[in-house]
Amino acid sequence: MSEVKLTPLYDIHIKAGAKMVEFAGYKMPIQYHSITAEHLRVRKTVGMFDLSHMGEFIVSGEKALDFLQKMTTNDVSSLKEYQVQYSAMCYPDGGIVDDLLIYRLPDRFMMVVNAANIEKDYNWLKEHLTAGVKLENISDNIGLIAVQGPNAQEVMGKLTDDNLDSLEFYHSAEGVVGGYQILYSRTGYTGEDGFELYLEPTVCEDLWWKIADAGEEFDIEPIGLGARDSLRLEMKYALYGNDIDQTTNPIEAGLGWICKLDKGDFIGKNVIAKIKEEKPKRRLVAFELKERGFPRHNYNILHNGEVVGKVTSGIFSPSLNKGIGLGYVPRSLSKAGTDLEIDIRGKHLEAVVVKPPFYKRGSHR
Amino acid sequence: MSVEELKYTKEHEWVKVDSDMAVIGITDYAQKELGDIVFVELPEVGVKITQTESLGTIEAVKTVADLFAPVSGEVIEVNDLIENDPAVVNRDPYGEGWFVKVKMSDKSELDNLLSYEEYSKLIEG
Repeated sequence: MSEVKLTPLYDIHIKAGAKMVEFAGYKMPIQYHSITAEHLRVRKTVGMFDLSHMGEFIVSGEKALDFLQKMTTNDVSSLKEYQVQYSAMCYPDGGIVDDLLIYRLPDRFMMVVNAANIEKDYNWLKEHLTAGVKLENISDNIGLIAVQGPNAQEVMGKLTDDNLDSLEFYHSAEGVVGGYQILYSRTGYTGEDGFELYLEPTVCEDLWWKIADAGEEFDIEPIGLGARDSLRLEMKYALYGNDIDQTTNPIEAGLGWICKLDKGDFIGKNVIAKIKEEKPKRRLVAFELKERGFPRHNYNILHNGEVVGKVTSGIFSPSLNKGIGLGYVPRSLSKAGTDLEIDIRGKHLEAVVVKPPFYKRGSHR
Repeated sequence: MSVEELKYTKEHEWVKVDSDMAVIGITDYAQKELGDIVFVELPEVGVKITQTESLGTIEAVKTVADLFAPVSGEVIEVNDLIENDPAVVNRDPYGEGWFVKVKMSDKSELDNLLSYEEYSKLIEG
């Protein structure tokens, strides 16, 4: 067992009275005071997150683009400089290695991967490394702060002279923020407008306080991983390890849109193309409960009294004030409007498949 | 009545006794461990409950917990307030955040419960 890692903002979380948990090998704040209040804060004004546990790899060299085209499912060649792309890596059988972001930077690419998968992803990439490609795992040298919410741009605008209006969703920039030259992007995992700031560990604390000061008029608050999970689930964003993993393929997970079958060869392509053509046996659906209840991970999903799947993620939605969740069900039961039941500790509560996202008023562009 | 005068269970319920009546709630330690409570399921008035058996559930953001009956008896009142606004349990677990009132059928069962000192030791240990 390797030692539990701390992020550069660990002391700040402790002083703020956060409840800390071990997540993906890091001590992370799951909540500061209240997951529900933190969730609603991000929906209403703005919140700030320490996401320094996320992994970052730099891929460079003359063959870097070809390498990423082979390793990932989306079309990296379609990216303009500073554009960001949501993508995935798959095994030859179509199972998902990880979902990730790719940043196309002037002389390099940056991959942002799930903390729990840093080592696995790095080894997977290294195994397939070819001449003309350099791969670097810089995860331990990069801190990440996210500023998310409808007022995120107003907060960021106080810290930079850059024109944020011209920074589109899923685009990045290198500029001076809070006095530091950094890479930042208009991205996030909440459904709200927001920014993610990639930082040297030594500047994290100072910038954290500068963001806190800039956000004071909007009652900015630190947000823990608990609210991060409920925010992403209200948008039906998949979480690796819950909704997707090596046993699920991107088509059944609803990630066909990041699999570009006409871009050339990539690992998993043949199987994914076949599944797409034959249509998947099951699909990841979004459901909501018609009765008051809290669907949780691994609860059974039923149809006419018969078990047809399991809940992969579930919460009692703070925004909608009802139980919502995701789970795989046979394709024939995946249409919006289909009646399901969720077995909540022996009680079968009525649920219905809905069209995602659950939360439709997000401020993201 | 102060927390020193309440009786406690190992499962983190408290009981306030007034002759043969008992008010039941969960401790401050319990509400902190559970985190935000999003709703509670309480028994109907008139239901007979048995010591140590589940009489309701507490759904919190991160987990679900049973509310165990600290004493046996008949439910004579449930707290509508926490059914409508469960956050009250987080805010005021010993006051407005009570769960049910019970007419006890066997007061000798109170001897099975913990004193304030015993309970304090349990949660420190």
